[in-house]
Amino acid sequence: MFAPFMQDTWITAGIVAVIAALVGFFVVLRAAAFTAHAVPNAAFAGAAGAGLVGVSSLVGLGVFSLGGALLIGLLSRKGRHDAVTALTVALMLGLGALFLSWSTEYAPEIYSLLFGEVLGLSSQDVTTTAILGFACVAVLACVYRPLMLSSTLPEVAEARGIRQVRIDLLFLTLVALATTTAVPVVGALLMFTLMIGPPAAARALTRHPAPALTLGVLLALATVWIAIAASYQTDWPIGFFVGVISAAWYLLARAAAAVFRR
Amino acid sequence: MRAMSSPRSGFGSGFRFLFEPGFFSSGPVHAALLTGTVVALVSGAVGVFTVLRGQSFAGHSLADLGTLGGSGAFLFGVGPLWGFIAAGVAVGGAMDLASTRRRASRGVATGIVLGAVQGVSALLLYLDTTSGSTTGVTVTVLFGSLFAVSGYTATATLAFALLGLASLAVCYRPLLLDSVSTDLAAARGVRVRLLGLAFMVVMGITVALSSLIVGTILSPALLIGPAATALRLTQSPLAAMGTAAALGALATGLGVLLAYDSYHWKPVGNGWPVSLFVIALLFTAYLLSGLRRPRAGTGPAPATATTEAA
Repeated sequence: MFAPFMQDTWITAGIVAVIAALVGFFVVLRAAAFTAHAVPNAAFAGAAGAGLVGVSSLVGLGVFSLGGALLIGLLSRKGRHDAVTALTVALMLGLGALFLSWSTEYAPEIYSLLFGEVLGLSSQDVTTTAILGFACVAVLACVYRPLMLSSTLPEVAEARGIRQVRIDLLFLTLVALATTTAVPVVGALLMFTLMIGPPAAARALTRHPAPALTLGVLLALATVWIAIAASYQTDWPIGFFVGVISAAWYLLARAAAAVFRR
Repeated sequence: MRAMSSPRSGFGSGFRFLFEPGFFSSGPVHAALLTGTVVALVSGAVGVFTVLRGQSFAGHSLADLGTLGGSGAFLFGVGPLWGFIAAGVAVGGAMDLASTRRRASRGVATGIVLGAVQGVSALLLYLDTTSGSTTGVTVTVLFGSLFAVSGYTATATLAFALLGLASLAVCYRPLLLDSVSTDLAAARGVRVRLLGLAFMVVMGITVALSSLIVGTILSPALLIGPAATALRLTQSPLAAMGTAAALGALATGLGVLLAYDSYHWKPVGNGWPVSLFVIALLFTAYLLSGLRRPRAGTGPAPATATTEAA
C-alpha cells in the first residue's frame, strides 16, 4: 500500500482534500451545495468535449467549469437560484451526452471522469495538482475576509461597500478553480462529496471559522486517506468509501452536537 | 411527400428538414412520444411545487440517484422500473428526514445524502461491471433511452404517473399553503413535516419514473425547466402547472422530432442525443420567458408559452 508508485496517489489526494475542505467551508456557509454539485458536473462535460477538439482535458475542465459557474451566477441575478442551477447543469450534461456520442472512447473514460481514478496517478499529475491547488489557496487567502463577511453577514458586507453580486461571481470562480484542480484526480462525484461532507460535519461541531476550517481539512484528509487504503485493500471503487465516510462524519457530528448542546 | 432527392445533409426543403420521411409511422417514435408526454405532464405538475418550495436541488439529486435504482436493479436482477421506484422513495424519504427545520440547511442535507448514495451506486456499478455481461450498463443508466421503452414499462409508467397526480391533487391546498409559508400552514394545523415527507416521496416516484424513461440527465430538466419558465409567465399555480406540462410535452415532442431528424446530421450518422435537444429547447424557453416580464407586473401572459418553438 505504501509502495513508491502509491506515493503520488497519497500526496495528490491529500492536496485535493485540503482544497475541497477549504472551499467547501464557504460552500456550506453560503448554503451553495447545489452549486458545488453543478460545477463538477459541468466540468465533466468539458472533459468529454476536450477529447473531441484535441486539447488537454484539463483545458476542457477549466473552460466548462468556469463557464458553467459564471452562467449560474449571471442567470440567477434574475431568477430563482436553484432552478437556474438545475437548468444550467442539465444543459451542460446534455452537451456532455452529445460530446460522448461523438467521441470514440467510451464507457471506461466516462467512468473514470465521474468516479475518479485515484489509484493510477503519475508524478506529472502531482505537479499539476499542486500548482493548481496552490493557486486555489492563494485566491482564497486574498478574498478570505470579504467572502467571509458576505457569507455570514450579507447586510453588513453590503453596507461596507462589498458588492454581493461580485462576491458571488468570485465565489463561483473559486469553486470552478477547485473543481478543475480536483476532477481529473478524484472525479466529479467525489469532489462534490468532499466539498460538502467534511465541512458540514465540522460546522455542525463548531461555529467559529478557524476551528471549523481546520477540522474540515482534517476530516477531509482522513476521509480520502482511509478511502484510498480501503479501496486498495478491497478493490472496490474509492467513490464508495469517500461517500459513505463523509456521510458518516456528518451524522456523527450532528449526533455529537445534539448530545452536547443539551 | 415529394419523391426522394438526396436528404443526406438534412438541409432540404423546410418541411423535409423538420419531418424526416417515416417519422409518423415509426413504432418506437409512437411509444417515445406517448411516454414522453405522460412524463412531461406529471413533471410539470410536480415541478411547479418543486420550484415553489425551492427544492430544485432535491429534484435534481433524485434524478441522479436513479443510477442507484438502475444499477441496483441490474445487480439483483429485478426490473429497472422497480429499482428506480424503490430508490426514489427511499432516497426522497432519507433526504427529508436528514434535513433540519431551517430551509437553508436543506441543501447541505440533500448534498450529504446525494454524496453517500452516489458512492453506493458507484459500488453497485462496479459490482455490475465485474459480475460480467452488462458492459453498457453505466451508459444506459446515465443517459437513458427514450427509444427503448417497452409496452410493459409504458403501462407501469402510466399507472405511477396517475398515482403521482392523484396524491398531488389530494394534498394540493395544504401543500400550496406550506410552499408559500410553512409557519402559516403549521398554524393552520397542517402537519408540515409529514406533508414535506409525502411530497418528497411523490417527487421521488415522479423523478424516478422520468429518469427511467428519459434518462437521469433530462429528467431534472423536465421537472424544473418548464415549471420555472411557467412560474415566470403566470402567478396562478394551476395555470403554471398547465403551462409547464404543455411546455414540457412540446419540448419533448420537438426534441424527439429533432433527434429523429439528426440521424442524417454530421459528424456521425447515428443521431444526436434526444436529451440535448429537449434541454436546449427548455433552456431557450426559460431565457425567453425572462425577457417577457420585468418581475413587477402581475398579469397572466398565456400567449408566450409557445414562443419556444421559434
